[in-house]
Amino acid sequence: MIRTLSALFAGLVFGAGIAISGMANPAKVLSFFDVAGVWDPSLAFVMGGALIVTAIGYHFVLRRPQPLFDRTFHLPSARNIDPALIAGSAVFGVGWGITGFCPGGAIPALGLGEADALLFVGSMLGGIAAARLARHAMAVRTQSDAA
Amino acid sequence: MTEFTPVASLFGGALIGVAAVLLMAFHGRIAGMTGILSGLLPPFSDDWTWRAAFIAGAIAAPALIIAIAGEPVIPFESAVPAPWLVIGGLIVGIGVYFGSGCTSGHGVCGLARVSPRSIAATLTFMASTALTVFIVRHLLGGF
Repeated sequence: MIRTLSALFAGLVFGAGIAISGMANPAKVLSFFDVAGVWDPSLAFVMGGALIVTAIGYHFVLRRPQPLFDRTFHLPSARNIDPALIAGSAVFGVGWGITGFCPGGAIPALGLGEADALLFVGSMLGGIAAARLARHAMAVRTQSDAA
Repeated sequence: MTEFTPVASLFGGALIGVAAVLLMAFHGRIAGMTGILSGLLPPFSDDWTWRAAFIAGAIAAPALIIAIAGEPVIPFESAVPAPWLVIGGLIVGIGVYFGSGCTSGHGVCGLARVSPRSIAATLTFMASTALTVFIVRHLLGGF
């Protein structure tokens, strides 16, 4: 119970931060990237504030032997900068630039009751699911080739 | 065109950071929306409860803020036509899956860990987004 409630609380703080910062507003996000138009630099303050707090907080949290409600820290183990990382990130930017929605901004925007957010999130989940299936199919084919 | 909001944006950003630190302290997890959502889609992982709880909190927070304030205090504007929201959503979903993360996972948590992969990913998607906005708005005359 405490495990679920603690995650719910972290989610509430995340959603409040996204909403207050302006990240749930696609027009504001697009204004940040529109340096050739009427530029709104607010997003740099969002990223800066988040980064400073996270860097300091992680410094202390990751010195502990384990998290409060799990046995280990689940940190990404991949180290190499591979083509999938760069190509995927470039593709993500195209979608972010078209819509002004990134995943972390769109999920809290659902709580604003906006149909645009619902349409985007539904489609984004379809994209993630399709990509997982494609990667799985590729992995199966590679395995059978090797065999 | 939107108003420059340095104080609200810095404060909201700091809250995003607090949430990332809390999720690491409680569950040892990166507060990346891509990773959290991926684990909620089939095939379901056995640790879906904390993921669902985090997402539920993230959706509930703006609704709670509006309910407490008693008026729509969270600005939302979108001029993007519905078909482009669907196409953009698909593109974002595919991109963040293969790119192993998005603004929250790479741009906040990964940069805070000084992860070379996250630095490369963040530079790539920020540049790609800016280029896309330039093409859509200034070359194609779009939204």
